[in-house]
Amino acid sequence: MSHGSAQTALWLLVLLPALVGALLVVMRPERVAVPVSLITAALTAVLALLVAISGPQVSVPFMAGTDLALGVDALSALVVPTVAVVTLLVLVFSAGEIGQSRARFYGLMLLFASGALLTATAQTLPGLLLAWEVMGATSFALIGFWWREQHRVSAGTTAFLVTRAADVGLYLAAGAALAGGGGLALADLPAASEGWRHVLAAGVLVAALGKAAQLPFSFWLSRAMEGPSPVSALLHSAAMVAMGGYLLLRTEPLLAATGWAGPTAAWVGATTALLLGAVALAQQDLKQLLAASTAAQLGFVVMGAGLGAVGGGAAHLVAHASTKALLFLAAGAWLSALGTKQLTGLRGAARRWPLVGVASAVGALSLAGVAPLALWATKDAVLAVALARSPWLYAVGLAAAALSAAYSGRILLTVWARVPAADRARVVQHLDEEQEGTRHVGRLETLPLLPLALGALTLGLLALPPVGDVLARSLLEQPGHPGLAEMGVSAALALAVLALVRWRPAPRPGWVRHWLGLETAVRAVVVGPTLALARALASFDDRVLDRAVGAAAAGAVGVARRAATFDDRVLDGAVGSGSRATARLARVAARADERGVDGAVEGLAARVRRLGQVARRPQSGQLHHYYVQAVAVLAVGVLLLLSVR
Amino acid sequence: MLSLIIVLPLLAAVALVAVPRLGDGAARWVWVVVTAVDLALVAALWLAYEPPGPGRLAFEEQVPWIPGVDSSYHVGVDGLSLPLMAMTTVVFLACAVFALRDEDRPRTRAALFLFLQSVSLGLFAAADLILFFLFFDLSIVGMYFVIAGWGHGDRGRSALKFFLYTFLGSLALLAGFIGLYVAAEPHTFDMVELARQTPLDGSPTAGGLVLAAILLGLAVKTPTVPFHTWLPPAHTDAPAVGSAVLAGVLLKMGTYGFVRIAMPMLPEAWRAWAWVVVVVGVVSVVYGALVALAQTDLKRMIAYTSVNHMGYVVLAVGAAGIVAEGSEQARSVAVTGAVTQMVSHGIVTAALFLMAGVVWDRAGTYDLGSFGGLAGTAPRLATLFAVGAFASLGLPGLSGFIAEFQIFAGSIAVAPVTAVALVGILITAALFLRALQRLFTGPTRGASRGFGDLRAAELWAVAPLLGLSLLIGVLPRPLLGVVEPAAEVVVQLVGR
Repeated sequence: MSHGSAQTALWLLVLLPALVGALLVVMRPERVAVPVSLITAALTAVLALLVAISGPQVSVPFMAGTDLALGVDALSALVVPTVAVVTLLVLVFSAGEIGQSRARFYGLMLLFASGALLTATAQTLPGLLLAWEVMGATSFALIGFWWREQHRVSAGTTAFLVTRAADVGLYLAAGAALAGGGGLALADLPAASEGWRHVLAAGVLVAALGKAAQLPFSFWLSRAMEGPSPVSALLHSAAMVAMGGYLLLRTEPLLAATGWAGPTAAWVGATTALLLGAVALAQQDLKQLLAASTAAQLGFVVMGAGLGAVGGGAAHLVAHASTKALLFLAAGAWLSALGTKQLTGLRGAARRWPLVGVASAVGALSLAGVAPLALWATKDAVLAVALARSPWLYAVGLAAAALSAAYSGRILLTVWARVPAADRARVVQHLDEEQEGTRHVGRLETLPLLPLALGALTLGLLALPPVGDVLARSLLEQPGHPGLAEMGVSAALALAVLALVRWRPAPRPGWVRHWLGLETAVRAVVVGPTLALARALASFDDRVLDRAVGAAAAGAVGVARRAATFDDRVLDGAVGSGSRATARLARVAARADERGVDGAVEGLAARVRRLGQVARRPQSGQLHHYYVQAVAVLAVGVLLLLSVR
Repeated sequence: MLSLIIVLPLLAAVALVAVPRLGDGAARWVWVVVTAVDLALVAALWLAYEPPGPGRLAFEEQVPWIPGVDSSYHVGVDGLSLPLMAMTTVVFLACAVFALRDEDRPRTRAALFLFLQSVSLGLFAAADLILFFLFFDLSIVGMYFVIAGWGHGDRGRSALKFFLYTFLGSLALLAGFIGLYVAAEPHTFDMVELARQTPLDGSPTAGGLVLAAILLGLAVKTPTVPFHTWLPPAHTDAPAVGSAVLAGVLLKMGTYGFVRIAMPMLPEAWRAWAWVVVVVGVVSVVYGALVALAQTDLKRMIAYTSVNHMGYVVLAVGAAGIVAEGSEQARSVAVTGAVTQMVSHGIVTAALFLMAGVVWDRAGTYDLGSFGGLAGTAPRLATLFAVGAFASLGLPGLSGFIAEFQIFAGSIAVAPVTAVALVGILITAALFLRALQRLFTGPTRGASRGFGDLRAAELWAVAPLLGLSLLIGVLPRPLLGVVEPAAEVVVQLVGR
């Protein structure tokens, strides 16, 4: 493949889904929406593979002295095909799942995919931020896809606002990069001057943690589950949330250069893996469980980035994308067939549709960390580096791994359960509680699960020799694999925990059921006070600021009125009495000398009286008259000033 | 050619008034055609434009006018004024198209708007302070009649408030101009000459006073907190096209004054008082966003977001005055962002106000609580309003992002404390999403029932504006290529 055509392929990779998606959203061609977007997604997947092999770089001038540069290196070569292929499979699934407003749905999904692909290939901060927030906006629109139901739209709003609050970090980082002198290219960020480098790292870290639904931002992901299942499968497992982890892998050199950002990321990741693992264990709703598990699994990716284990982190990201998309799609298939996503209602669901059941079992076992499935190996690649750094970190990570085995075991045991006749009524009572179930899982819904299951089965190879070594070398890392003992420990742990939950149902700690109360806390501490402040300021604006202006105007009118009164009573009175005095004088003079001057005196008196009338005319008592006079006087003053300059 | 662009709408306005036999329908089309021709002329000007270099203007024209005070009819363009002139013609064309369906005294209104267009274009092209002031005040007069004549609600009072407030502001501006004139040696009102002389450098007190007068005048027009209270009633009671022009074009006269007059002519004073400007900008950003968040009236909400958006511009031009070693690039990024924001806010807010006009036309209310599920009855309006809202909240891919990214990157780099204004982009996001949710989603209820979707004229007025925002957001180079050299010049002038 020639250089030029590889570059074209990279542009097309981003532009094709964007253009087709935008056209679908604007034109709404309902009938052709599905075939057109499936062809687009297939082409995009092919393009993704092409650029992953050829690794092109392209750029155009953009802004702030920086290009909009795209490029595919080893890390992107891993992530880009993952995003493209999962997009294609999810869209195939959606063809069986989404019945109405298809053009809008597919258009938004393609726009989102374009944003995710641009994120994964962006080489500069402006380009990254562009793609980053486009993902956020399409996520808002997709979560609130069923806009007739207000709670879904508010869930989208919550997701957008929380992630945007974190995105502010990237704006800050851009300022820091500009001030730090290193430039806005992602590869140049570590070169920023000492002080600014810390600001940069902090900004990037916050933005990535927000998108990856790490603590303390995790709660938006819970709300995001109000969206359709395919949306959760693509955005909230394989692509958007994963991009948070990806950004940290991408900027690992920057995190490492600061000294503190790496360990911080590692600990936030580990804590999220542990606590959200507990949250997942406590859920009764399958999608909520999967969402919490997503945040927890991304915790391992974030941990990998913080520890400098980019290869392990990337492998975990990819393996998790395949695994979790599979599980979300299975949950979606059951939801539309049975009308419920409550675990109680899903008892025995796997037996009813065995292909879906087997595929989901592969996913759940991979998620549990059972050897030799994908997440077992990739997670251990991260944990091995953690062990080398800090036993505490390793211990937290291992505990989180045990939790993932526990909640995966719960899924497995539930969906594969034989429902005794006595319990059947409790299961049936949940059916159709969410939506009208079709009692049918079509081929379009089943087939995409199979390649994803294959991924969940095999992608662990990315973290094992020899593939793992190749990956590490192409990421310019030392190939280092976890010791056999550690891998044995984690495999044994997974099996032991699975056995344990089979024997005794896992505890479901109540205090974590509501996602650690994060949303309640944010509403109480941030949202409420902000709204109260906004209302207070608005009434200040109306009552104080605006009224002050009104009072000033009223004051001016008052002064004008008083001036008018003064004018009438005092000035005009003076003129009047003056003329009266003159008249009296004239009479005296007339008496003294009736002839000769009499006419002249009479004339003078009449003229003075007329003057008095003229002087009264401008004093109308109306503000605008006085205003015009003021302007006139000012203008005369100016002219006077100019003429005597 | 430049004078033709300025005068053409005025000539058409005179013709419309002078030939009363012209029917209403013809008058509406005359308006559209003349604005379209004017836009084509500006486009030709843009294509022929080359950056004129420091201290010069392109397409300069100069005719003696009041030689006694060295004031002339002097016009010309550079990278600051050309984008604003283009934005002005685009907004006026959108208004002309939007008003194609309107029956309310179309002939007089077309004439009035054509007059306003000439005035606005003249202001952006003016290179003489007296000329600038003349256009500045005529714009106030024109807008007074638009609000008082075609508005709704308490329009007389709102119009008078607008007139008196901004007219008083303009008197402060005039005082500042006279100060510049008196200080210049030889005395002149010529803007190019004043920027060359910087007459008040070296006299901090006089410079500070003159800057204060000019800032006051511009702050009222922009408007910034606390001089903004004329804006919400003026917008609420103005007709849709009036609001679009008021927010889209007239507000820019204030911010344009910063980069055209205050910064180049009073560099020393600007540097001395840059922090005050930054603080006013930050306060406007945060305060405007918060007050907008609390509004329940759609149009008042959009009006307050203008205070927020103009705050970004003020913040950036203030930051450009904080001169430190090696910060030229960051400061010029900030100024580029400020000019981009003027253009972006012009087209996006005009689109939003036109759509608010559609809401008023159909439902007779702006109350957000009266609607719900409007996406069902008016899907086109829902789509376009969503795009407009996202453009206004600075979503990447649309013009607002190009502006705000540069404003923040540049400002934070020179004055890290300006990062507090970042909270503004979060609050704007919250308020627009809330508005979208209340208007368009949920079950169709209240005023949303039987709501007619956008008609052709409305669609063709709004959609191109948003398309332009998208174009700038995706391909910013044609715009930034014009703005950047001029922004660098301004930064140099302030730094000397």
